[in-house]
Amino acid sequence: MAQVVRLAAVDKTYAVRTRAGRVRRRRREVRAVSDVSFTIESGEMVGYVGPNGAGKSTTIKMITGILTPSAGRIEVLGLTPTVDRRRLTRRIGVVFGQRSQLWWDLPLIDSFELLHHVYRTERARHDANLAAFTERLDLGGFLDVPVRQLSLGQRMRGELTAALLHDPALVVLDEPTIGLDVVSKYAVREFLSETNRERGTTVLLTTHDLDDVEHLCRRMLIIDRGRVLLDGAVDRFKAEHGNDRTLVVDLESAAEPLPLRTGQVLRTDGPRQWIRFDRRRTSAAAVIAEVTAAGAVRDLAIEEPDIEELIRRIYASRTEGSPGDGVGL
Amino acid sequence: MSRLWWEIARRSFRRASSYRLATASGVFVNTVFGYLRASILIFVATAAGGSIRGQSATDLATFAFVSQGFIMTIGAFGDHELAERIRTGDVVIDLYRPADLQLWWAATWFGRSGFLALARGIPPVVLGALAFDLEWPDPLWHWLPFLASVVLATTVGFALRFCSNLLTFWLLDNRGVEQLLTVLISFFSGLVLPITLFPSWLERIARALPFASMIQLPTELYLGRYDGMEIVSVLAQQAGWAVALLLVGRAVLRAATARVVIQGG
Repeated sequence: MAQVVRLAAVDKTYAVRTRAGRVRRRRREVRAVSDVSFTIESGEMVGYVGPNGAGKSTTIKMITGILTPSAGRIEVLGLTPTVDRRRLTRRIGVVFGQRSQLWWDLPLIDSFELLHHVYRTERARHDANLAAFTERLDLGGFLDVPVRQLSLGQRMRGELTAALLHDPALVVLDEPTIGLDVVSKYAVREFLSETNRERGTTVLLTTHDLDDVEHLCRRMLIIDRGRVLLDGAVDRFKAEHGNDRTLVVDLESAAEPLPLRTGQVLRTDGPRQWIRFDRRRTSAAAVIAEVTAAGAVRDLAIEEPDIEELIRRIYASRTEGSPGDGVGL
Repeated sequence: MSRLWWEIARRSFRRASSYRLATASGVFVNTVFGYLRASILIFVATAAGGSIRGQSATDLATFAFVSQGFIMTIGAFGDHELAERIRTGDVVIDLYRPADLQLWWAATWFGRSGFLALARGIPPVVLGALAFDLEWPDPLWHWLPFLASVVLATTVGFALRFCSNLLTFWLLDNRGVEQLLTVLISFFSGLVLPITLFPSWLERIARALPFASMIQLPTELYLGRYDGMEIVSVLAQQAGWAVALLLVGRAVLRAATARVVIQGG
């Protein structure tokens, strides 16, 4: 299969100027991305995961030609992004969860019509794509509504359509599910995996929501502080790192840590206790049953490990285990 | 590709037309200012004994209303949409499109100007003609150079504001620059006072600047101050400014894009 994206030892440093005295400015180099190398094959769907400020957006901007790397090489669809930005824009689609490429004051359909002229897509092809996306994403009810009046979920469905109308070979999404409710998140995910499956579109998405990756991607890259921490199959990662759950219980009154067989109390704070259990060994129901038997429970919630927690564990296992053990996936 | 610019302009026209209340109040304001400026200029002419520097009271009243009619069309007071997109970072989205940013905003600008020419251009002049004695282009074909001149003035207006909007890439807040530009335009274009009433040394300076192309020159063409080859030379002067400023805009755009792409803006 052809390589769609190739990064080789890519660095990006920014110069940040801070005040040092009345007039003088001190120049400080900030390394946003450091020695990042990976390739994405045609038809892959890859999750690019990391906490805020890890370097996700910087990488995406370099891949799409909006930022020049300070060192290293990038090739996307056989082009050098910053040099061939215009040509590349015809072959990629981009979605930013926090920005809009739709025209605020115009009905949604007008944005699509303008994009038809921007990308000079064939009329028949454009109409067929629009009809397909309208059906898939259920846009019919609000095509004539000005974008500024759309809900976030509706707008995001419009953004996805806008990014894919010109049949891009690669679509890059930066936090496409941010702020969406469960139903809209589900719709976005369904649509992306269908597009990937049926059209063979290569998909690269950044997210800090591990749920997105679990539902969508076979492969994930975890980035932290500008470095790729892990590159591997989502299933294996989950099997190794994603099995802990934390049950948070509020008891009627402050108590000693509950003595439990199914889980282990991590910490307590007044009447609240955090109990960790391994979902491979025991079910949540069993833990809850044991806790309720041990004391009067007012409220409870189950927490999945978030990305920060997982990254902490990767670091931990890296320092504990022998080199390449457990994280090499 | 030209189809794209037409489609953008068409939608920009429609968008401008959707603010009806703003249009109505704008017409009111433009007309009031027309009455104000015309009254002052007529007073000046009368005080000077009926005419001043070869301009009668009717000439000056016409100057006031005609210029009042097209100041919105040429965008004398600017537009901050692009600056806003730069400030919020949304301009990145524009860079992801295989379309020229300058032509894109020019199409938006001209679409809006088209609407403003009709909605904010004609009513103030008609309402002015109800109360004042105004002149009409004579002979009739003088409408043609006048209209061509307004199109060129609109281009100059766009080219200037495109540059000042782009400065947001460096300044983060370009409101100071916008205000300064509005003051320069108001003063040197003939909006506050026809530059023919300036001291002659100041008039010479004003005529050497691009701002005269925005209001003074189109209005003089309307009033029939020029004939024959003079008309061609006035239009050529405006076109020269338009091209020069568009090229400056292009260079600034290239520098701004390079800045974003290299430094990460």
